[in-house]
Amino acid sequence: MLGGMTAVTLNHFLPLPLAIVLAVVLTMIIGAVIEILFIRWLYKPSVLRMVIITIGVSILVREIALHIWGEGVRALPYFTGSSVSSINLGGVYVSSQVLWVIGIGALAVASLTAFFNLTMLGRQMRACAANRDAARLCGIDAGNMVTLSFVLSAAIGAIGGAIVCPITYVQYDSGTPLAIKGFTVAILGGLGNSTAAVGAGMILGILESFSIWVLPTAYKEAISIAILLAILFFKPSGIFGSAEAARLKEF
Amino acid sequence: MKGKKGMVALGVLLAVFLSGAVAQAAEPIKVGAILAVTGPASFLGAPEARTLEMLVAETNAKGGVLGRKIELIVKDSGASPEKAFSFAKQLIEEDKVFAIIGPSTSGETMKIKAVAEEGKTILLSCAAAEAIVNPVAKWVFKTPQKDSDAVLKIFEQMKKMKISRIGVLSGNTGFGNAGKGQIEKLAPEHGITIVANEVYDKAASDLTAEVTKIKAANVQALINWSIVPAQAIVIKNARQIGLTIPIFQSHGFGNIKYVQAAGAAAEGVLFPAGRLLVADVLPKSDPQKALLVKYAKDYESKYKDEASTFGGHAYDAYTILIKAIEQAKGPDKEAVRTAIENLKGFVGTGGIFNFSATDHNGLHVDAFEMLTVKNGKFAIH
Amino acid sequence: MVRRHFPVAAFAGLIVAIQLATLFTGTPYYLTQLTMTAYYSLVVVGLCMLIGYAGQISLGHAGFFAIGGYVSAFLTTFDLQHHRGAFVSLLEKSGALVFRHDVYGGSLLTVHPWLACAAAILLTVAVAYLVGGPVLKLKGHYLAMATLGIGIIVYRIVLGTEFLGAADGISEVPGFPLPGGLLITGNASSRVSNYYLAWGIVILGMVLLLNLIRSRVGRALAAVHGAEDAAEAMGIPTARYKLHTFVLSAVFAAVAGVLLTHYNAGIGPSEAGVMKSVRYVAIVAIGGMANLWGALSMSLVLNYLSLRGYFGTYDDAVFGVILILIMLFAPDGLLRRHLLSDLKRMVSRNPAEEETP
Repeated sequence: MLGGMTAVTLNHFLPLPLAIVLAVVLTMIIGAVIEILFIRWLYKPSVLRMVIITIGVSILVREIALHIWGEGVRALPYFTGSSVSSINLGGVYVSSQVLWVIGIGALAVASLTAFFNLTMLGRQMRACAANRDAARLCGIDAGNMVTLSFVLSAAIGAIGGAIVCPITYVQYDSGTPLAIKGFTVAILGGLGNSTAAVGAGMILGILESFSIWVLPTAYKEAISIAILLAILFFKPSGIFGSAEAARLKEF
Repeated sequence: MKGKKGMVALGVLLAVFLSGAVAQAAEPIKVGAILAVTGPASFLGAPEARTLEMLVAETNAKGGVLGRKIELIVKDSGASPEKAFSFAKQLIEEDKVFAIIGPSTSGETMKIKAVAEEGKTILLSCAAAEAIVNPVAKWVFKTPQKDSDAVLKIFEQMKKMKISRIGVLSGNTGFGNAGKGQIEKLAPEHGITIVANEVYDKAASDLTAEVTKIKAANVQALINWSIVPAQAIVIKNARQIGLTIPIFQSHGFGNIKYVQAAGAAAEGVLFPAGRLLVADVLPKSDPQKALLVKYAKDYESKYKDEASTFGGHAYDAYTILIKAIEQAKGPDKEAVRTAIENLKGFVGTGGIFNFSATDHNGLHVDAFEMLTVKNGKFAIH
Repeated sequence: MVRRHFPVAAFAGLIVAIQLATLFTGTPYYLTQLTMTAYYSLVVVGLCMLIGYAGQISLGHAGFFAIGGYVSAFLTTFDLQHHRGAFVSLLEKSGALVFRHDVYGGSLLTVHPWLACAAAILLTVAVAYLVGGPVLKLKGHYLAMATLGIGIIVYRIVLGTEFLGAADGISEVPGFPLPGGLLITGNASSRVSNYYLAWGIVILGMVLLLNLIRSRVGRALAAVHGAEDAAEAMGIPTARYKLHTFVLSAVFAAVAGVLLTHYNAGIGPSEAGVMKSVRYVAIVAIGGMANLWGALSMSLVLNYLSLRGYFGTYDDAVFGVILILIMLFAPDGLLRRHLLSDLKRMVSRNPAEEETP
């Protein structure tokens, strides 16, 4: 939401690509500030405590956004083409913006995977996620890693917000339902596995879209949450994650 | 130890009482407003609140009404009925307001209808539902055009275009729900069959699945009854999958910003709406023209934002109230209430109001004009 | 014994004192919002039992509130006159139905409020048992998200279901008759009796919870909260106690939902919203987690201010800020002895947050 909103605002006096880049950078800074203000200095916070703090922060951000931007709905122009133009792919009509979303999304996942597997920093981050104390023993600054993870996820969220906002529009409260859906997808894929999360996201999207042929559309969101509950009840490690890996993480 | 806590709580509570209990001399006329400034219906409440603030400032700058200033008390209900209930009680019993403008949504209005009746306070609702004024409650009025009239206007247009098989989409807000109900109720009388009928979430970001379902049902036209952003998404998705049938929208489509957001997809969309949106292109002879142009200009210059028909509902509620106070020669609740009932030919943003003891809305089908979008601008169809 | 009953008596005294104060200052209208506050407080103390004493968080309690309110509202407004069948006439003969006139002179045949209330509570118990079992096996943020999810599902169902009024909710719910000619209704004429009724119910709930805490169950819960594995090893059926507390707190929420719906003469989907659930948790948190009296007094103050529109358009933000501050500065040190100093700190911080106009 922040990414989309900032991009729209910046787009008033900057060219589109520059506005998006700047919006992403701004959101990253906000992510870092939130982490430093609310999480970093806590002594050994439990995950539950952090979750509640982030819920509180998300409410706060939403309310601040309401008072800055008002209740109006905004949108960025389509990157290419217009709102009615679509590309016919073998009988299926796809808007050009959808291709942009898929393309940039794929790029983001690829670079994340590369980051986690190939760079030193990425490996350090994974080490922290697996076992904080052990990571610290190896000389990794766990605090910095958490800040970095906030910045990274803020960046990805902002990119997402900016590229889908021509399609979906953005409003002060458009972030909250996405957060819950995002969590559902992350759990479904198994936490800490971005490739699996993509698969899980697709499964969820397809299930949701098909559900409206059987059930009234108004229940669509209830269905994705029911799926979340079912996964939590029966296979908390996610459908792609291994139970062992999940047990290793401390909650 | 527990006693101490009790004392603290008591202290805080007393402070609250004291801060609220400072009585004001009854100089200005108090007008309460319960509006959904934030929350899911803020698209209604926020422009309504801004419009009222603007109008009250205007009245007071002119020296008030009958020499008395207006004091406006706006309460943000966030579209929650329980808050509307609480605020209505507070405004009537504690602030002793002369009249209440709002609430913005039908659900809230229905919950405080009885409160206004019990408190014998004029309630000028800015919500559309038929049930607000049918059955008629003595103290309850409403200014928005009836949903049923909007639907009638669409059906009239369909008759001209020889359309009889339609698909209906609606959002899961009070607005969408009311429109859907009227469409279902009135369709059989007008020889129209609803082949597909879908409800979607107000925050839905992609409705391709829903419009595909409509396309599969092989209909002649699509009616979508929702508010932004979904209503713009519907037309975009529909055009993207190559659905070329006429698309009708509700009167909620009336905000040029969303038309711009929808871009080329909005072209040719048909929707019934009050004349505010086409104020500039109305013929000079139109009785509403002068008022509409002024409201749009004032609002836009003050808030740097396009005036919407929703703000117009509050505009009408306020001006009706002021007019009735003037006619009743003073803020006497019973006399003003009767004065509203006797208002005839009152020009507002929503249309020409003709109230009566049995009609507490005063608007009819002709309050609507069938509009369309041409070159990114609203135009009369 | 005196020590035990003193807080209850003191609180009852406070309730009477407030009523007398409004009487002598000629401001009885304050009682309306205080009555609504009482019902929200009932949810809060029930939730406090769950969070503070059983150590389980729930971000879905507004859902249970809504189940109670909606079931009762639906049953007492749904006209059965056009659905006459064997079952309806059987209900009618057994006296489970009432025939009444609405304000416009129309007539309605509906389920008796008492039966509707019983149905609401039964449904809540059933739902709470059904979801409580698997949900309470979860820990940490999984538990938080699962309960949040349950709340959202309830919200989606009431928002998307036609006969529950969709986004408009249910209106024109009749009052709730009690023995002795009392009626739970928002009418100004029965304001004082309703004020005492509502707070009487809260005090009753408090006494019930306080006794529970001092009982064997309460001590077992304390052990569960302290060290669940150890408690289990001692032979305490931890899962069962947790589940029962969950159901109990859900019932508190549902009863509050039923009664407030009859008081307000209606209910809307906003009562089931996530923000409502978060708000209840925030109040329990600021009240001191495992401190029923703290939760009660904070609920009294905060709900009352919120219902008066004191926070204006910052209503949700205020509760978000409270949640953040509590979680940052006093997350779980509240079970220990320095509970009082923690609470004092929170109370003294409180005015700063309320300065937002």
